[in-house]
Amino acid sequence: MVDLNNISLTEIVKLVKLKKVSSLELTNHYIKNIEKGKKLNCFITTCFDETIKNSKTFDAKKNYDTLLPGIPIAVKDLFCTKDVKTTAGSKILENFVPTYESTVTSNLWKEGAVLLGKLNCDEFAMGSSNETSFFGKVINPIEKNLVPGGSSGGSSSALAASFTPATIGTDTGGSIRQPASFTGTVGLKPTYGLCSRWGIVAFASSLDQAGPMTKNVEDCALMLEAISSYDKKDSTSINKKKENYSKNLNKNIKGMKIGIPKEYRVDNMPKEIEQLWSKGIDILKKSGVKIIDISLPHTKYALPTYYIVAPAEASSNLARYDGVKFGYRSNKGKNLIEMYENTRGEGFGDEVKRRVLIGTYVLSSGYYDAYYLKAQKVRKLIKKDFDNSFKKVDAILTPSTPSSAFKIGEKTSDPISMYLNDIFTVPVNLAGLPAISLPAGQDSKGRPLGLQLISNSLDEQRMLNIAFAIESEIKFKQNLNRWWE
Amino acid sequence: MPIDKNQVKKVAKLSRISLEDNKIDSLSRDLDSILTFVEKLNELDTKEIKTLKSIADKTLEARNDIVDDGKIKNDILKNSPEKNEDFFIVPKVIE
Repeated sequence: MVDLNNISLTEIVKLVKLKKVSSLELTNHYIKNIEKGKKLNCFITTCFDETIKNSKTFDAKKNYDTLLPGIPIAVKDLFCTKDVKTTAGSKILENFVPTYESTVTSNLWKEGAVLLGKLNCDEFAMGSSNETSFFGKVINPIEKNLVPGGSSGGSSSALAASFTPATIGTDTGGSIRQPASFTGTVGLKPTYGLCSRWGIVAFASSLDQAGPMTKNVEDCALMLEAISSYDKKDSTSINKKKENYSKNLNKNIKGMKIGIPKEYRVDNMPKEIEQLWSKGIDILKKSGVKIIDISLPHTKYALPTYYIVAPAEASSNLARYDGVKFGYRSNKGKNLIEMYENTRGEGFGDEVKRRVLIGTYVLSSGYYDAYYLKAQKVRKLIKKDFDNSFKKVDAILTPSTPSSAFKIGEKTSDPISMYLNDIFTVPVNLAGLPAISLPAGQDSKGRPLGLQLISNSLDEQRMLNIAFAIESEIKFKQNLNRWWE
Repeated sequence: MPIDKNQVKKVAKLSRISLEDNKIDSLSRDLDSILTFVEKLNELDTKEIKTLKSIADKTLEARNDIVDDGKIKNDILKNSPEKNEDFFIVPKVIE
C-alpha cells in the first residue's frame, strides 16, 4: 500500500477512482493520524462516527465521478456545519450547533467529500498565530515551539501533519496565506465574491473569503474548483460560469509579465527572504517571463487602513453575540443590559475585545470621519495602485511573510508586532484580489518560507499556472519525522 | 495620546462589554498604541478622493420579495440559552 502521508490529494482521488483505496480506508488512516497527533491541538471537534458512516455510504455507491470522491476532509471551525458544533474558536460559541450548512462546505460534500472534524483557529479569525483560540494554541508540526500561523492555524498544522489531505480556511488579512507559508503548504485567497460567504462566521464582511489549503498547486486548483460557486444567498457572490481550474492547469507561462513591487522591500527584512524572492524571480526569468519593476505607492498605509476597516466591520458583525438567541449567556447581571455586558465580557477573549473596542471607537460619533471614512478613502488608493499595475503586468510576485514561523508567545504581548506579520498579505484583501502562497524554501533553521503571487480579479487560472510553473522548478520538499506521534 | 482610560470605559459601555478593573490599564495602553499606529493615515491628503463604497465589483442584487424558506421555528429556537414555548427569555427589562 502507498504511503498516504506522502502523496497529494490529486493522487488520492485517482486511487479512489481506480478502487485501489476505499473511502473507509482513507478515513481510518486519517483518524489514526489525528489520534496520534493530539499534541498539536489542531482539532476543536471531531465527528469520526459520522465520517465512518458517510465513508461506508460512499463506498457503496456506483458512481465515483465527482471531484472529491469519498475524500475525508477537515475544515476550519469558522464554517457552519449542520449538526456539528461550530465555535469560531470562541467561548461565546462553545456549544453552538448550526442547523444549516455553509455553502462552501456543502459544495465539498456535493463533490463527494466527507467531514472529519473542525479545525482550531484564532478566536473569530482574529490573530496571526493561532494563540487567541479559547480552545488553546495550535503547535506547528515543523517544530514544537513554533506557531503554525493564523488565523487558519489548525488548518495549516493539520494539513502539514497529514491529518487531512486538504482543507479550507478563511482569509481576511492573510489568514490562509501566512499559515500556509509557516507550514510549507499552499494556500489561496480567491477574488472577493468567488466563494460564497454564506454560513461562514463573519469577521469583516468586505474582506473575508474562504479558500483552499493544500500540499501542492494542483490540489489547490482542484479544491478551488470544488468550493467556488455563485450563491444567491451571498449578495456579493459573483455570478459566473464555474471554471475547470485543475483541468486547465499548465506550466506554459512564457511571455507573461510579472511585476516586482519595490515597496515590499521593507526595512529589516531577513536576508533569507530577500534571497527567496530573488530565487523566484530567477525561476520566472528562466521560464521566459518578463520581469517588470512596479510601484504600489500606498503599500505602507495598508496595515493602518486594515486595522480601522476590519475592527469596524467586526464590531458590527459581533454585535449579534448578546446571549439571547444563541451562544453563551452569563448568569450575572441584574437586568438585560448587564446580561449583555457580562455575556460579552466573559464570552470574548482579549484580542476580540480589543478589536470590537477599536471598531466601536472608530465608528463612534465624532471619530467616524477621521478614522473610518479616511480609511475607506485610502483603501480606494490602495486598490487603484493595483489597478494601475495590472495594466502593465499579469501578476505580482512578493514574499508571503516578512519572517518564517516565530516562537509561541514571542509576539503575544505586543499587538502591533503581531499585526506587522500581515504586512504583505493585507493589501490583497483591501483590494479584493486573489493571491496564492506557495512554499519556496527554508531558512537556516529549517523553517519553511513562502512566495506570494497576486493577480487581477478573477484571474485565478493564470495565477495558478504561474504558481504551478514555479513549484515545478523549486521542487520544495519537506520531510517531517512525525515527532508528535 | 488618542485614547485614555475614561474613553476606554465609555467605548466598552457602547460595545456592551464588561471589563475587569485590573485589565483596563493594559487595554488602554494597547488601544492607544493601535490608534497611534493607524493615525499614520493622516500623512495622506485625501480631500479629493472619493470614498470606496464597495469592494464587490457589481451592483448588489435585490431579490424578489417572496418567502422561500420559513417554517424553521424550531431551528431558530434550538440554540437559545433560555426559551419558553415559542419565546426567547431574557432578564427582566421593565421594573
